[in-house]
Amino acid sequence: MSHEHVSNTKRIWTVFGILSVITIVEVFFGITKPEFLHMNNFLSMNLLNWLFIILTLVKAYYIVYAFMHMEGEKSVLRYAVILPLIFLVIYLLFILLTEGNYVFEVFKNSTIKWNF
Amino acid sequence: MTFMETVTTENSVGKTWGGGNEPMGASYGKLMMWFFIVSDALTFSGFLAAYGFSRFKFIETWPLADEVFTHVPFMHGNPQPMLYVAFMTFILIFSSVTMVLAVDAGHQMKKDKVAVYLFLTIIGGLIFVGSQAWEWKNFIKGEYGAVETKGGSLLQFVDKDGKRVALESFAATLPEEREQLTRNKGRWFMDEASLPEYSVAEVQAGFKSHPDLLIRTETINTEKHKTILTRSESELRLTQATLVVEGANLTRNEYGSKLFADFFFFITGFHGFHVFSGVVINCIIFFNVILGTYEKRRSYEMVEKVGLYWHFVDLVWVFVFTVFYLV
Repeated sequence: MSHEHVSNTKRIWTVFGILSVITIVEVFFGITKPEFLHMNNFLSMNLLNWLFIILTLVKAYYIVYAFMHMEGEKSVLRYAVILPLIFLVIYLLFILLTEGNYVFEVFKNSTIKWNF
Repeated sequence: MTFMETVTTENSVGKTWGGGNEPMGASYGKLMMWFFIVSDALTFSGFLAAYGFSRFKFIETWPLADEVFTHVPFMHGNPQPMLYVAFMTFILIFSSVTMVLAVDAGHQMKKDKVAVYLFLTIIGGLIFVGSQAWEWKNFIKGEYGAVETKGGSLLQFVDKDGKRVALESFAATLPEEREQLTRNKGRWFMDEASLPEYSVAEVQAGFKSHPDLLIRTETINTEKHKTILTRSESELRLTQATLVVEGANLTRNEYGSKLFADFFFFITGFHGFHVFSGVVINCIIFFNVILGTYEKRRSYEMVEKVGLYWHFVDLVWVFVFTVFYLV
């Protein structure tokens, strides 16, 4: 069993520090919106949004692995929970965002004005 | 020989299927909590992906979040994007920390410590739900007001520096009265939402008498700001106005795309409901801790299970925060 009954207090506070710093960085960039990040695109999304998404995933990793103690679980459980989620979410996002973008273009290039 | 075989088979059957096995190294309850979390995470992913779909569909006209969520308590009239929601995020992260400290104390069988940390977690959850209620109140009430055109697009008002102007600061008062249609004045199926404070004619008249005012459309320009029309364009656009919109409801809102408010209410509402349920469940576990139920059981695993749920609620908020307020 994975329950060594040792105190993890130090690790908990370290993770809290990491999560706080990431949130502060996110808020800082959210308020200032630096031009070079906000105006430059990579794969049709601006760099600022890439930064936010990556930081969010880092936060999610720490919450799941440290707070939910996923790092202490057996690898069967780890993968049974995480792999379906990662696969299905990426799949869903790919389908819906592609479709949303397509509908946008149909409206934009059509001869009928739909919102005026 | 045959006898022996039977015995062996029966033994191993008893061992494998007789219960008490933990192939994933987690108890039944904990495992089921994990799988509940997987399905709930997929539900939230569906909502957020649907939000993404609608946003991509209206990518050129979607409201800019840092212009919508600018309220901070005691700082009225001083718009501060991000600050309040950052505070809410911290509250939730911190309540996650106290929860994981409660779980940690439970591993060491320290009843009083578990109770204290669980209590702090409940307080954090209540502050978060309260903050969300306040955020909703501001969102529903609105601040500036706008008008909707016949074609369904939204027009907002700005001064010559591009700063938003509220309807009440310029709308004229005309000697006209229109009563709200209610069921008792018409047929049983006839009614309408409460009338806005100003009529379209009053807004148009007020706009005419304030030559500094301009109209801002929903369209996002290349500098990623909303487009501001010239005075003559503005006057022309305003003639097409059919409705005055104040605040937000599920049909229309003063911020822009109609779907924006729908998704805001639905997703933050669903998350808020999760937080509320979490607080209720935490309270139940808290009283069990106080009563010594887990002390008698010699295991605080129940705290661990609600801890999983509570961290999950925090996890969802991290994504809602990014999707609604940052990206």
